[in-house]
Amino acid sequence: MLKVALIGAGKMGISHLSILGAHPDVQIVGVCDTSKIVSEVLEKYSGFECFTDYLKMVDKTKPDAVFVAVPTKFHYKMVKDLLERGKHVFSEKPFCLNPQESKELVDIAKSKKLINQVGYHNKFVGTFQEVKRIVDAGYIGDIQHFTGEAYGPVVIKKKSETWRSDPNEGGGCLMDYASHVIDLINDILSPIDSCKGAMLKSIYSKQVDDAVYALVGIESGETGVISVNWSDETYRKMSTSVTIIGSKGKIVSDANELKVYFKTKDFPEGYSKGWNVKYVTDLTEEVSFYLRGEEYSAQIDYFIKAVQGIVPNVINTFESAWKTDLSISIIKKSS
Amino acid sequence: MERILFGDNQFFAVNHISDEKSRAQAIKFKDDAAIMKVLDDARAAGINTFMCTTHDRIANVCDIIRDNPEKYEGFKIYPCMPYAHKYANAVTELGIVGTLKEYVPGNFFGSLFKGGMAVISKDFISIMELLIDAEMKMFKGIDTPVIFLQNVITDLLLGLGMKDFLIAFAHHIEKKYNAEAGFITMNLPQLLPVLEEGGIKNPIICASINKVNFRMSGGKELYEQILSEGRARVIAMQVLGGGAIPAREALEYVSKLPNVESILFGASSKQNIQNTVETINHYDSQKIMVS
Repeated sequence: MLKVALIGAGKMGISHLSILGAHPDVQIVGVCDTSKIVSEVLEKYSGFECFTDYLKMVDKTKPDAVFVAVPTKFHYKMVKDLLERGKHVFSEKPFCLNPQESKELVDIAKSKKLINQVGYHNKFVGTFQEVKRIVDAGYIGDIQHFTGEAYGPVVIKKKSETWRSDPNEGGGCLMDYASHVIDLINDILSPIDSCKGAMLKSIYSKQVDDAVYALVGIESGETGVISVNWSDETYRKMSTSVTIIGSKGKIVSDANELKVYFKTKDFPEGYSKGWNVKYVTDLTEEVSFYLRGEEYSAQIDYFIKAVQGIVPNVINTFESAWKTDLSISIIKKSS
Repeated sequence: MERILFGDNQFFAVNHISDEKSRAQAIKFKDDAAIMKVLDDARAAGINTFMCTTHDRIANVCDIIRDNPEKYEGFKIYPCMPYAHKYANAVTELGIVGTLKEYVPGNFFGSLFKGGMAVISKDFISIMELLIDAEMKMFKGIDTPVIFLQNVITDLLLGLGMKDFLIAFAHHIEKKYNAEAGFITMNLPQLLPVLEEGGIKNPIICASINKVNFRMSGGKELYEQILSEGRARVIAMQVLGGGAIPAREALEYVSKLPNVESILFGASSKQNIQNTVETINHYDSQKIMVS
């Protein structure tokens, strides 16, 4: 049994906690949250030992691994403290408020040989995994253009302030929402390392951006567009998609449906020339416990297995999340 | 429960395989009249139970049903609560405590917060009961013999080990609404023993059951084994495996499974509804002939 603790029982934290609670190899040894009501419910009905001080929790419960699901501005200090105490760490995204902090954590985790992962769950979505496989194998040919998009109804009226509406706490569409798209592009193609121009627009929020539109370049030399808006109420929930146009074909994929067009006879097995459509249901492995999408269970299972030494620690590492933080900072600077 | 239940995903742009189809559905069912038309098509095909989430727009459907008592005589609704996105968005916006303040009715929460946390701590089950009552308001005067907890909440509580809430849900539904509680889940094998331990024998469970192992946590074989034991009144949903299987093949598989009491499906066109009903009836009649 792996002893796991969690810091921050908010929306993502509670979701992680439920998936961890159902995991056959995990024992939850402690939960840290500042909300009394949340702690009381978890203690009374789940029987978890709850804390308000994460260092006390770690000292007392001696977990092997810790999940960090607090607002972004706390990630750096907490993750650093945890790494220094020799804990494997799963951190929520975005990783840190700036890439200097992320880089420092990358180096500590590396030097201490600790398993590290960040919650960019799209990397565990079957369609996006397939997009990466097709692109990596060269079936799309030379990349000519890409578009990364995400739309959803997060902020659809002027509303009360939370940490997500505070630019100093990691709030805003670029940090919170566009980071998913940026991270996907970085992973499928190569990291975004330049920005030819970006618009960060406020629609309802007073202090932060609600939409991000940017022309970007990636390390391998190609260019594309990032278009993200979290104030679009025509979407029922977040919809993330990538379009990649290459010399040999074109891919349009979201988390449910992958459409790919091959211009030539050079296509992967199971595909044909012209348009092909694959659904996530064909591309997804069953999980042992389902809560809200296979990817959420799969990313946790992957982390647990990495700590157990069963899988390599190569998906959503601190290093990849640091590069995403770098890309975010480059886009922010250009706006 | 009737053999065939009609679902509501198509009305609210819930499509597990295509965002494009979602949008097309959102456009098609913009007006309540379009929803009612499809419900009437379902009734004409012999389906008299509508299983639906407690989405705001269902309140309009309920109004129409109440206003036309003769037309909808014998028509039943199985409410499924809560409409999760409402709360999920609220938690993002307001936090957990803020969401409770927003949705727990009356002054209950206000006064408790004023009185400090100590007062509140003892009675989370009562808070849940108030939330259930708030969700049930729209169904007043409508026949709701089975009332469901949505899978995201069932499974969240299951993973957190909070079985007290699952049991309390069932008790409140029985006591206050003189109805049976149902549980929607993606984790039938894990849920069933928890409900049994809590004293709920032969519970109504609605789970993803299909030929392609889609959202059947623990695997199809385990599901088939549990079904063969007859420990639950099972409703099969997502029988088309998110659209991955040809309809006929999908329905044959699920129709022939033992102890699947009902099959839940949703469709937008009259033709699709008729075909599905006829296909299920066809395989059911084969089963009767064999036995």
